[in-house]
Amino acid sequence: MSAHPTHESAHDTHHAHSHDDGAGHGSFKGYMTGFVLSIILTAIPFWLVMGGVLDSKLFTAVLVMGFAVVQIVVHMVYFLHMNTRSEGGWTLMALIFTLIIVGIALAGSLWVMHHLNANMMPMTHEMMKNMP
Amino acid sequence: MSATQVQNTDEKPVFYLKEEHHPENSTMLGFWLYLMSDCLIFAVLFATHGVLGRSYAAGPSPADLFDLNLVAINTAMLLLSSITYGFAMLQMERNAKMETLVWLGITGVFGAAFLGLELYEFYHLILEGAGPTRSAFLSSFFTLVGTHGLHVTFGMIWLITLMVQVRRYGLNPENRRRLMCLSMFWHFLDVIWIGVFSFVYLLGVLG
Repeated sequence: MSAHPTHESAHDTHHAHSHDDGAGHGSFKGYMTGFVLSIILTAIPFWLVMGGVLDSKLFTAVLVMGFAVVQIVVHMVYFLHMNTRSEGGWTLMALIFTLIIVGIALAGSLWVMHHLNANMMPMTHEMMKNMP
Repeated sequence: MSATQVQNTDEKPVFYLKEEHHPENSTMLGFWLYLMSDCLIFAVLFATHGVLGRSYAAGPSPADLFDLNLVAINTAMLLLSSITYGFAMLQMERNAKMETLVWLGITGVFGAAFLGLELYEFYHLILEGAGPTRSAFLSSFFTLVGTHGLHVTFGMIWLITLMVQVRRYGLNPENRRRLMCLSMFWHFLDVIWIGVFSFVYLLGVLG
């Protein structure tokens, strides 16, 4: 019975140790770096749209999405502690696989539906009247 | 025979771990896979919004409806809750139970503020007649943003449950594991929100 608590505590330390090897935990400095970068990367796109800074809407849209992608990477690295080593690299593999599927789903949907829209039979006035 | 016996008594048995270190529990990897599947749900909802986001059915457009100041405050709330959860995790590393609870509580306050502002926005949209039934754009908007809000709601329930657990049982290995899972969930929701405010709100208002 007396041996039980020592065993427990030994298990505890080992447990904590094994976690340190796996996923990185981040530090105060890491979290603050991520936070400051996120504020900057959030503020710029809001400023671009709300202030109407650029004349070209397309260029603004591309910039906004570009900042979003960079900020997602910042969050992944500094908040979710993604790296090539965590869980023996399997988290990164799962992420890459997911990104491929996400890319196919997004690009495929937009592409196909855009062409469906463009190739729709034009509606006449008569057809519009008979719409449900 | 006797020689080997002597050798055995002289040398203490030494054990080597030849393999690379394996994580003993795969909870983190499993939870990460869950998050990736959740990511696919959001990807499909984003794709739906991308397709339907310009179909206003002669109704209001994003520029008419969205108040970007409110969205900016909402974004700030979620970002702040992310960093305070990070601080809670740092206190957990230090084994400081009380500080962990305080930071978790602050995270909960920011999360509740986010949800409150989102519900306020939804309420006003519906009051203006811009509910989910108004147009395809609003249907996809409410589905996407609502699904994110629902995730935050369940995150809040989880957060409160874990605060009670930590208060009662302390920072034992089980609670540490749970807190780490919620950490991933919470930061993941912030990542999704980046997509929402960029793709839905900012690009929507841009037209």
